[in-house]
Amino acid sequence: MLRFFLSRIGQTLAVLFTVSVIIFVLMRLIPGDPVLMMLGDDFTQEAYQRLRAKLGFDRSVVTQYVIWLQAILRGDFGDSYLNHERVSRLVWDAFLPTLSLVVASMLVGTLVAVPSGIVAAMRKDSAWDWGSMGFAIFVYSMPSFWKGIVLIWIFSVHLRWFPAVGYVHPWENFWEGMWRLVLPAITLGTFFSGLVARIIRSSLLEVLDQDYIKAARARGVRRAALVYRHALANALIPVVTVIGLQFGTLLGGAVLTETVFGIPGMGRLTVAAILNRDYAIVQGAILVGVFAVVVVNLAVDLTYAFLNPRIRVA
Amino acid sequence: MMRMTDPVLAVRDLVVEFTTEDGPLRAVDNVSFAVGRGEIVGLVGESGAGKTLTAEAILGLIRRPPGRVSGEVRFRGQNLLALEEPALARIRGKDIAMIFQNPGASLNPVFRVGDQLVEAMALHLGEGRGALRRRAEEILTRVGIPSAATRARDYPHQFSGGMAQRVMIGMGVACTPGLLVADEPTTALDVTIQAQVLSLIRRLARELGMAVLLVSHDLGIVSQMCHRVIVMYAGRVVEEASIATVFRAPAHPYTKALIACLPGLDEGGRLGAIPGVMPGLAALPRGCRFHPRCSMAEPRCAVEEPALRPAGADQIAACHLIP
Amino acid sequence: MARPLDAEALPAQAPATVATPGTSTARRWWRRFARNRGAVFGLAVFLAVVVMALCADLLAPYDPLIQGVGPANQPPTWAHWAGTDSFGRDMLSRIIYGARIALVVGIVAVLLAMLAGVSLGLVAGYYGGKVDALIMRVMDGLFAFPIIILAIAMMAVMGFGVKNVIIAVAVGFVAPFARVTRADVLAVKEEPYIEAARLAGVSGPAIIARHVLPNVLAPIIVQAALRVSGAIITESGLSFLGLGPPPPTPVWGSMIAEGRNFIVMAPHVSTIPGIALMVTIVGLNLLGDGLRDTLDPRLRR
Repeated sequence: MLRFFLSRIGQTLAVLFTVSVIIFVLMRLIPGDPVLMMLGDDFTQEAYQRLRAKLGFDRSVVTQYVIWLQAILRGDFGDSYLNHERVSRLVWDAFLPTLSLVVASMLVGTLVAVPSGIVAAMRKDSAWDWGSMGFAIFVYSMPSFWKGIVLIWIFSVHLRWFPAVGYVHPWENFWEGMWRLVLPAITLGTFFSGLVARIIRSSLLEVLDQDYIKAARARGVRRAALVYRHALANALIPVVTVIGLQFGTLLGGAVLTETVFGIPGMGRLTVAAILNRDYAIVQGAILVGVFAVVVVNLAVDLTYAFLNPRIRVA
Repeated sequence: MMRMTDPVLAVRDLVVEFTTEDGPLRAVDNVSFAVGRGEIVGLVGESGAGKTLTAEAILGLIRRPPGRVSGEVRFRGQNLLALEEPALARIRGKDIAMIFQNPGASLNPVFRVGDQLVEAMALHLGEGRGALRRRAEEILTRVGIPSAATRARDYPHQFSGGMAQRVMIGMGVACTPGLLVADEPTTALDVTIQAQVLSLIRRLARELGMAVLLVSHDLGIVSQMCHRVIVMYAGRVVEEASIATVFRAPAHPYTKALIACLPGLDEGGRLGAIPGVMPGLAALPRGCRFHPRCSMAEPRCAVEEPALRPAGADQIAACHLIP
Repeated sequence: MARPLDAEALPAQAPATVATPGTSTARRWWRRFARNRGAVFGLAVFLAVVVMALCADLLAPYDPLIQGVGPANQPPTWAHWAGTDSFGRDMLSRIIYGARIALVVGIVAVLLAMLAGVSLGLVAGYYGGKVDALIMRVMDGLFAFPIIILAIAMMAVMGFGVKNVIIAVAVGFVAPFARVTRADVLAVKEEPYIEAARLAGVSGPAIIARHVLPNVLAPIIVQAALRVSGAIITESGLSFLGLGPPPPTPVWGSMIAEGRNFIVMAPHVSTIPGIALMVTIVGLNLLGDGLRDTLDPRLRR
């Protein structure tokens, strides 16, 4: 277990390094002089030369990368090209709404998917099975941004149950915050649940076919305990992995959902930044986003190792 | 089927049928036999003969649909096939126990072995957890697993095949059942381990007064373990006799051929083999099901299917050649 | 006794693993595929979209770019089956033409990704060692990016527009193809016929091309089919955000975005392109699932 832990951490560091290189290269490839863009209106010849030297532009690419990396690790993402605010501040402010959206979506999705997948497996090939799996495919295929718009049209415009746009931190005002998250969480969460329900179903069906379930039944274990204890304990382990790995996909989906619902999260920040050519913000947001995905993936792997006795115990 | 007084298990006209694309197929076709108290009976046949399905049908393990089971399976007088699932669950593990071919796969990989043993007992015995835990350790020791207390806290993947099968046997006898159904219990194990596991089964059967139905394709194993043998072919019983009789004077050509295939220490030369393959259920030959492969077949054998008839004092067989 | 093994005498494809193309196998696969009604529906949808894209000029009742062919924001009528948008353009024609971009982006992006990803996967899987480690590290890095975010980052560099959308989406899909290919190559590598070919002196690249590739093709095709829908969704998402082809090009994603402002009084402007998009995606997903079930029965539910 310890060896597994260490090797996974090593792998994660390697991935983080690769990611940082990719982002650095992409940023350097952006046409135009970044130093000029950074200075913007504050351009003077002197400031230009100073900033150039500070960032290492007169030295090798590798040195530039090292300087850049050191700044990143210190938490210094630079200043926004447009209004010179600290990018780290902007990104942090935007990170929390995105996080609450993604977490809420995962909760909604899981709460819908787990019972749905289990029932579909238990009543295989019944109307319930085809129906819920058909619904899962349907929901999984709907583009999230369009789904959001349709939900707004039905629930905000016509029924007036929920506000269409606007966001409040749930920790500032719990009910208001949660209420405003309902539609966005349903938008992102149902996509997620479509995927997860199908996986739960197939995982459970595969486990139910196993010899140890038959052996348990031969010992007198009742049907309920067979499914909900013996089978699920095994079936859910790979599912946990899948759910965790979807964090990245949901983060991508959040980009679109935030735009539709006007949530001031990282997605909206990034999109606005790229349309405004504020590449400092684009870089900072992407860095934080991808780092978060990588860290979550590591956590998922470690959780799987903990849950699976074959890895946990020698 | 031969007469017996007060058998532990009495199977009569057992039929296991599956609906397939080619129509309904009978994997087990009117099989009847009995197992007496404390008796070890072998159920022998090639793969696909229907032995495993017969064994599973006894405990009601066959999924229906797609399977359909009919006939009678009387355990201590009670017809198991007429019972609903909750009643069957009470009998499974307590009065009738079953162990399977692949011991490593028969244990739930995410639960500790000791916990699984305790669960098996908690289902049927009314004792408290602490007492059951002690019992579990005793059972592990009894089946020959050293350091039972530590091993009980281990997971299935930490056990070798032979050890795992011992655990399964332990779970099987934990509630002192009257009948143990063992489906190819040693097929997946090394030869040396096979002997140990078989002798364990024999010893426990004797100590607990337990009957055993041993399903196997290996006549050699059956000859060491069983009092009586039932030979199956293509879903039917073709011979039934005591072990001594079967080896001394086998009545059915198939049985004779099986015995001839057994390697003997004093023989040199090639291993015998029965030409041809057992017919698939969708393409059963007319008349006797074995006749295409039988070296003594007569024209009658291709037309009329032989019924089981007495061939000796304690022997019956389904062959036209028996007077 | 030995006649030296002749490289040419070895079968070009491993015997029992790959079905030699012939009518009987193809027909068998078709029958298996056809049993899955969802997959057949998906195939129908896919063909319909292809027809729409190819014959857009014939099918569209109006020119999609001309404004004012009808009153603005009018819901569906007999004159305009899908209504009109805020510029008075015919929605049906725009939707039909929109199929072009969707299909082109979807297919081309996936083909590019497949080309790059499969090549990398073959090399990494077959040669192993440092080459494998290096390639897979880079793939892991790429894989960590959610597709939309990677696309946005790349478009920061390249600028917006159709061509760049295709490239961005393609880059995003390289890693999954590489991984799947590599995993299968690792499995196939251990097969005896590969060993035999190596002993016979067949060169590395030849082994890869003639023996390894045909046997890993099936799961790759399934991946490709499944990814096309993902590519189209990503492209519409990018267009929705304004990063795709510039107006007035008819693209489903940007049509949905345009219609957002009029959601109250003219919901059809957003809804109908969305329905077209959704039906296409559902169809492609069903088709992909059907292909997977047909070509790889191990995964069948």
